[in-house]
Amino acid sequence: MTDQQVQNKIKTEEYFINMGPQHPAAHGVLRLILTIDGEIIKNVEPDLGYIHRSIEKMCERDSYQQIVHLTDRMDYLSSHINNEAVCLTVEKGLEIEVSDRVKVIRTIIAELTRIASHCLWWGVMGMDLGALTTYFYAFRDREMINDIFEETCGARLTMNYNVPGGLMFDIHPNFVKRTKDFIAQFKTKIPEYNRLLTDNVIFHKRTKGVGILTREDAISFGVSGPVARGSGFSSDVRKHHPYSAYDRVDFKEILFTEGDTFARYQVRMMELWESVSIIEQLIDNIPEGEIKAATKAVIKLPKGEFYQRVETARGELGVYINSTGNKNPYRVKFRSPGFSNLSILNHISKDVLIADLVATMASFDFVIPDIDR
Amino acid sequence: MNFIQMIIPLNITKTISDWISSIMPETAANYTIMVVIAVAYLVLFAVAGLYLVLLERKVAAWFQLRIGPNRVGPWGLLQTMADALKLVSKELTSTIKIDKFLYNLAPYFVIVAALMAMAVFPFSKQFQAFDINIGVFFLIAISSIGVIGILLAGWSSNNKFALIGAMRSGLQTISYELSVGLSILTMVLLTGSLQLSEIVEAQRTGGWLILQGHVPSIIAFMIFMIAGTAETNRAPFDLVEAESELGAGFHTEYSGMKFAYFFLAEFINMFIISSIAVVLFFGGWLSPFGITDNITWFPEVIWFIIKVVGLIFLMMWFRWTFPRLRVDQLLTLEWKYLLPLNLMNLMLMAIIIWLNWTI
Repeated sequence: MTDQQVQNKIKTEEYFINMGPQHPAAHGVLRLILTIDGEIIKNVEPDLGYIHRSIEKMCERDSYQQIVHLTDRMDYLSSHINNEAVCLTVEKGLEIEVSDRVKVIRTIIAELTRIASHCLWWGVMGMDLGALTTYFYAFRDREMINDIFEETCGARLTMNYNVPGGLMFDIHPNFVKRTKDFIAQFKTKIPEYNRLLTDNVIFHKRTKGVGILTREDAISFGVSGPVARGSGFSSDVRKHHPYSAYDRVDFKEILFTEGDTFARYQVRMMELWESVSIIEQLIDNIPEGEIKAATKAVIKLPKGEFYQRVETARGELGVYINSTGNKNPYRVKFRSPGFSNLSILNHISKDVLIADLVATMASFDFVIPDIDR
Repeated sequence: MNFIQMIIPLNITKTISDWISSIMPETAANYTIMVVIAVAYLVLFAVAGLYLVLLERKVAAWFQLRIGPNRVGPWGLLQTMADALKLVSKELTSTIKIDKFLYNLAPYFVIVAALMAMAVFPFSKQFQAFDINIGVFFLIAISSIGVIGILLAGWSSNNKFALIGAMRSGLQTISYELSVGLSILTMVLLTGSLQLSEIVEAQRTGGWLILQGHVPSIIAFMIFMIAGTAETNRAPFDLVEAESELGAGFHTEYSGMKFAYFFLAEFINMFIISSIAVVLFFGGWLSPFGITDNITWFPEVIWFIIKVVGLIFLMMWFRWTFPRLRVDQLLTLEWKYLLPLNLMNLMLMAIIIWLNWTI
């Protein structure tokens, strides 16, 4: 029999699988409708809406101080950076110049947030690939950052430390010492991470050449953050449009050109070093100054449109506020990194195995409430 | 009577067997004793399986900067007992569209296959229920029956994730069966016997087989441990369950005691693989350098257990440090690397024996 005859005789068909909304690899309530031929994925269709809380609509109802609190619940792993984005936008509208002290503290905490977020991503990446131990190593170190946050502002995850015009209150007296302790300790932990996962030959086999994203695709799909930088697309907002204290620190933008899962992994691992270096440059000379610029109790932005973008741990977060001059905005739009990054998933996971899709998704570092606001 | 004494001539068991044969005719007594031994083995291995679960949880905790179970009983020793009680008392739930007969049959295939292998285990010279002359062959044959249970479970659950897991299990077990068989065969060349007790006794004079056979033995041991880990479906070869890909794989739809059978079978299989390795490579119940040979009261079974637990620890070490392989990489490893290496190794061993170069 020829191949065609065999195929006619043995009838096979593609089938659907729901990966999610409850699935260990989705890290939340993301539903992927997979079309599968045997174990080979033919199509990936993300289905959103399981954790939609209409945050953008709620923002139209709230005052500008209140909006800050809602943004915690978007990308909860970079809550401080989300807060900062809204505050920067409102400050832009009010034309307030915050003090250097505020800028430096915001930057230090933002980088600590980035380290915490990348730690969690590293642990979960290992877990998705079947190495369960990574999770606990990552959480040990992340816990120390959370303790620092707790002492600083009373919250460990949804911080609400920023207010339009500055910070809610000054840093704790222990902050500098504890952060230095953490940095000193964390520098010995990154090589440990590498020994445990990065240098593993199975890990290389699972990630190299998997889920290749070209630079052109990254640009045309609006991909940002470590995912884009793994494909060689220089897109770091901190570098290209510096905000807060990023213009006074010296750091490299990590770029890899391979575009595969391993490149994205390496970008994040190297970013840990860069974040450590940024904190080290700033922590010793936090300037004195006001921690909060004077604002009115009821903030009214002038009529017009305001936009500010920041680099969260996942990529570029843009905040667009359209004001009519009232105490609450007319329209708020968040350009979240996760949503744009998710749009590329179908494009790069055609004709791969299920295990490859899981590895690719792990390297994208999705936070579902960020995709689905 | 000879038959009974051959089975377990330990003192207590002898008293029991004498008592049973004194109160009933010989044929009935033989069957009764078989049942008693079977029940004793069942209890022994259920408990052994439970404590391996506990060991795994403790080992995992040590690897992961945790403490592990420490609340139920001293050092958490009763934790898995409590878990087992919970699983026994749980309701058996299932979905509507299952194939009822096969669905219910599958867990028994897996657990019975695992327990049957125990029958031929040489725990010590006296402590072996069934010393047949094809012991090794019997073990290989029995250990491949379990995969039928996994395939049935995946098929009858009417769940796509379970089916994918079961199909992966099929190709994985069939592939790695070859490596297990060939690496065992390499060692059988050395001993010239398939009887487990004879294999152990052959190591009393010449030293452990892993040393007797030079390099080929060591290669055979490595291949056996890799393939054995794959056969028991444990990480880094746990594609069958692959929780981040398939939820729970083939036993997604099972609950309560039926799930516990699969769970327990995994640990008993791990025990089996380690035991085969101990018998074939590390001298079974024999003490290292014969240090306890002259102590008559010393129970040799202790050496067996120590060695087995050592190898089980090795397998747990694999599990908690390595990421999972992908399904095509799994097959590449077996068919492109392990199998040719194994065949060459077998040839090398044959040459060594032909030239009489063994120690």
